[in-house]
Amino acid sequence: MAAKGKDPQAPSPLDPQAQSESTAALLRELVAHLRQNRTQLREEWARRITRAQLLTAMTEEEIFAEATSVYDNYVEALETGTFEALQAYARNLSERIIPRGVETHEVVGIVLLLRDVLARSLFGKYHEDFDKLNRILDAYEPAANRVANTVAVGFVQERERIIRQQQEAIRELSTPVLQVRERLLILPIIGVIDPQRARQLTEQLLRAIRTNRAKVVVIDITGVAAMDSNVANHLVQTVEASRLLGATVIVTGLSPEIAQTLVTIGVDLSEMATVGDLQGGIEEAERLLGYKVVPLEEPVPKP
Amino acid sequence: MEVPILKQGLYLIASIQSALTDADLSALREALIERVGKYRARGVIVDVTALDVMDSFAVRTLRDIAHMARLRGAETVIVGIQPEVAFAMVQLGLTLKGVSTALDLEEGLAYLDRQGQERLERVRGRVTRG
Repeated sequence: MAAKGKDPQAPSPLDPQAQSESTAALLRELVAHLRQNRTQLREEWARRITRAQLLTAMTEEEIFAEATSVYDNYVEALETGTFEALQAYARNLSERIIPRGVETHEVVGIVLLLRDVLARSLFGKYHEDFDKLNRILDAYEPAANRVANTVAVGFVQERERIIRQQQEAIRELSTPVLQVRERLLILPIIGVIDPQRARQLTEQLLRAIRTNRAKVVVIDITGVAAMDSNVANHLVQTVEASRLLGATVIVTGLSPEIAQTLVTIGVDLSEMATVGDLQGGIEEAERLLGYKVVPLEEPVPKP
Repeated sequence: MEVPILKQGLYLIASIQSALTDADLSALREALIERVGKYRARGVIVDVTALDVMDSFAVRTLRDIAHMARLRGAETVIVGIQPEVAFAMVQLGLTLKGVSTALDLEEGLAYLDRQGQERLERVRGRVTRG
């Protein structure tokens, strides 16, 4: 064996370059071993994944197919020492399995299992030469840890990216500014208002006032479950800022509970025009704009 | 920098073109109040579209202009406050209470016309009732 031939010239630990060369040689030998036993090790790994009840969201065939890809990528990363391909694969894998409900602990679990399976096979191969086993493990462990790290980090990053994307989508969905008539906007607010959302809401409304040249805005808060003094103050600020742009704001849909809370905590809403429900608010706005809505005349029945 | 003041019918229009120092603002206040009397203006429009910052002194001066002009018989409208400026102002608590605002020059003129109309009707009502 080629590696055995190199053994006698094993470098002293004081020579870093020679040592790294020997690490490279050991890794080469290791990779050759992993390639040789590919089928058997993959099967062992897939078995252990199933036994540990990881990846329960996937079928056995799928697990085996993914295990094969991960295995090959793993070996390749060990061989070349570059992690880009593995990183790309981990991202791609995460993208596929996250929607199916695969958890972080499962991904970390399977990568660690692979590491154990491979280490066990190394023990089996080199159990007679303890010194060599040690050196092989010295070469294997840092690389294997880096691989595990890469995959886990890739998964978590992908997950965070998806979460951020969804948050953004929810944010945008949740603040529609709608024009119901020439110069009349409505802004239905649904859900929890935190400072960040309040700020975004106000900015969006102010921009909409300018682009639509709105004169009256109806803010409907029927969908806001609870309100504290912070939220109330945000609301007052929104009303004030809209007025600076020349628009009148009517707030509608204050529930009895919210009305009670606001009075109890003593928020000054005297500057704010409030109307019971959205319909009343729109009617009031139409009056302010000089609209008059009349029903079509009943067709007179012919005698 | 001096702010040009234009006369347009019964109204005076002051269009601020760039950031003003406190002295410029005071000069604008003096000039406007003086001209309200000179031209017998019924309305004043201050256009702040070009301003991307509004500090407490500017806000106070604008409020003073509105109150002083009212005492001299003219209604004041501030027009063209940018959305970002409006947002910053309310966060700083500078809300121009008691001063009329409008989206832009066109809106401001429409507002003053409406105000004039209403005043006329009030006067007429008083005459007929009397």
